[in-house]
Amino acid sequence: MELTDFFTDYTLRTITLGTAVLGAICGMLGSFAVLRKQSLLGDAISHAALPGIAIAFLITGAKDSNVLLLGALVSGLIGVFWIKGIVSKTHLKTDTALGLILSLFFGFGMLLLTFIQKQPNANQAGLDKYLFGQAATLVESDVTLMIIVTAISLVVILLFWKEFKLLLFDKNYAMTLGFNTKFIDGLISFFIVLAIVIGLQTVGVVLMSAMLLAPAAAARQWTNSLGVMVILAAIFGAFSGVFGTAISATQSNLSTGPVIVLVAAVFVVISFVFSPERGILFKQIRLIKNRRDLELQKTLYFMYDIVRKHDDISRPHAIKILNNFQGFTKGTLGKLVEKDWITIAGDSWSMTGEGFHTAANLYNTNIPES
Amino acid sequence: MEPNIAVAVDDLTVAYNYKPVLWDIDLSIPEGVLMAIVGPNGAGKSTLIKAILGIIDPIAGSVAIYGKPYKKQRDKVAYVPQKGSVDWDFPTTALDVVMMGTYGALGWIKRPGASQKKQALEALEKVGMLAFKNRQISQLSGGQQQRVFLARALVQNAAIYFMDEPFQGVDATTEIAIINILKELRKAGKTVIVVHHDLQTVPEYFDWVTFLNVKHIATGPVKDIFNDDNLTKTYGINYKVAVQQ
Repeated sequence: MELTDFFTDYTLRTITLGTAVLGAICGMLGSFAVLRKQSLLGDAISHAALPGIAIAFLITGAKDSNVLLLGALVSGLIGVFWIKGIVSKTHLKTDTALGLILSLFFGFGMLLLTFIQKQPNANQAGLDKYLFGQAATLVESDVTLMIIVTAISLVVILLFWKEFKLLLFDKNYAMTLGFNTKFIDGLISFFIVLAIVIGLQTVGVVLMSAMLLAPAAAARQWTNSLGVMVILAAIFGAFSGVFGTAISATQSNLSTGPVIVLVAAVFVVISFVFSPERGILFKQIRLIKNRRDLELQKTLYFMYDIVRKHDDISRPHAIKILNNFQGFTKGTLGKLVEKDWITIAGDSWSMTGEGFHTAANLYNTNIPES
Repeated sequence: MEPNIAVAVDDLTVAYNYKPVLWDIDLSIPEGVLMAIVGPNGAGKSTLIKAILGIIDPIAGSVAIYGKPYKKQRDKVAYVPQKGSVDWDFPTTALDVVMMGTYGALGWIKRPGASQKKQALEALEKVGMLAFKNRQISQLSGGQQQRVFLARALVQNAAIYFMDEPFQGVDATTEIAIINILKELRKAGKTVIVVHHDLQTVPEYFDWVTFLNVKHIATGPVKDIFNDDNLTKTYGINYKVAVQQ
């Protein structure tokens, strides 16, 4: 398929719209999952949804995706319920509970899938698409459902924005203010499950949690505002969907789900390296710059020590006398000239008024404000 | 005239995993005192506050705020949790955190507006943090974070303030700033209850004190009950030497 088809092909447009909407809703709700430190909850939920799909098929015998997703929703919610139950009723920690439910439900789901595949029913083929996802099977009604779910979650997020923020930041405090934290918590969990379930057909059980986490993790790098983070995560998610679909459509034999997840991962890598405040690159650059500034200040102060013993501060001194000083290099000298702190004439230097003033106040201005 | 009882705790027992953390606590705190709760690590000081505020369910006992259950008196109570109980890398600003103090009065769904913002800015000014209102909270020092938490409680404009170790990890300047605000609150007739670790400063900062070590040991004016006898009962060793150093 050529790139031009991407804009004209009806099926492809449907799929692209679907993956974009899916990316957006996952990014939005994923932000809450990440900030709640429940990144792995998404993974457990998506795996827990598998037996629901299989059981829904066994009961109805039909492959109608809405029915199967309803099964996924129910078993996903049961999974969440059990995880919370295990944590509150036993001494087990959340990660253990997540791991238990994930493997238990996934194992049971796989068992049912193998059982279904051995059935003499011609209808059973294709259920395994829920394992790794198959965006190509998206039809208009699936995309409509995604849009409706996204719109509902958007309304809920806007309505309960204040409550969500309060709960995510300080749950105990929210309780003392009289908010029903169990209700808010349940609401967030419900919508996370919903987002995961509508993504299963496209991205699949195994990779679904990456859709939830990657855009949110990337977005966190660029902002210190919750609102901007949620919007950015939605945008990153949507772009991952669009780019992922485009790439997999132009190359044969590349399945869409994994490509979308890889594109989202690229967003993460770029964000972790290049974001201005939290990114590794700029942090490193700031570190090197700070170190250089310190070297420079040390040299200037050493010179100031020499200069202040004389009445005339601009009196020239030989460069040679700096040779014993550790912070000194030819480079530093050049930089000091650039800053107009010293002037150089032949093989001697002299301090400017500004340099003298800077050096004199160096350790006063460096005291951080409290 | 007998003062009003701000907080009355009756037969309160709390257990984590079957091990009692607070055992049969009876306690009444009169209105208008600045009270320290002292006791060794694991004495249940924070748990006492959390149980009073309904964050933890007690297995027995009851709590009354001005004679009524806490649920009906929420607007009279403000809470400063331990600084370490939240993630300070959360994407939000100092002003935004202080605004959270208005959420209780706002109730569900309603959004904070100009008047809530004004209250929050005033509280930030009171704790000397107005200049940092737009600072991301992770970029604040420990003392500044503590001040933001204090401002959030001030915004609640309550009658009773519960504070869980507000002096933990703050420098001397912040400690003095905070204690001055607490003393101002007391002057305004508020009741302030503080989980406190530094025994040396108890007589200087507080007028009331509660000794706690799983069981309630004593409550009363500092000048009457802050003595070696109660300290020894609470900490189990002779504190005379330690305190007078």
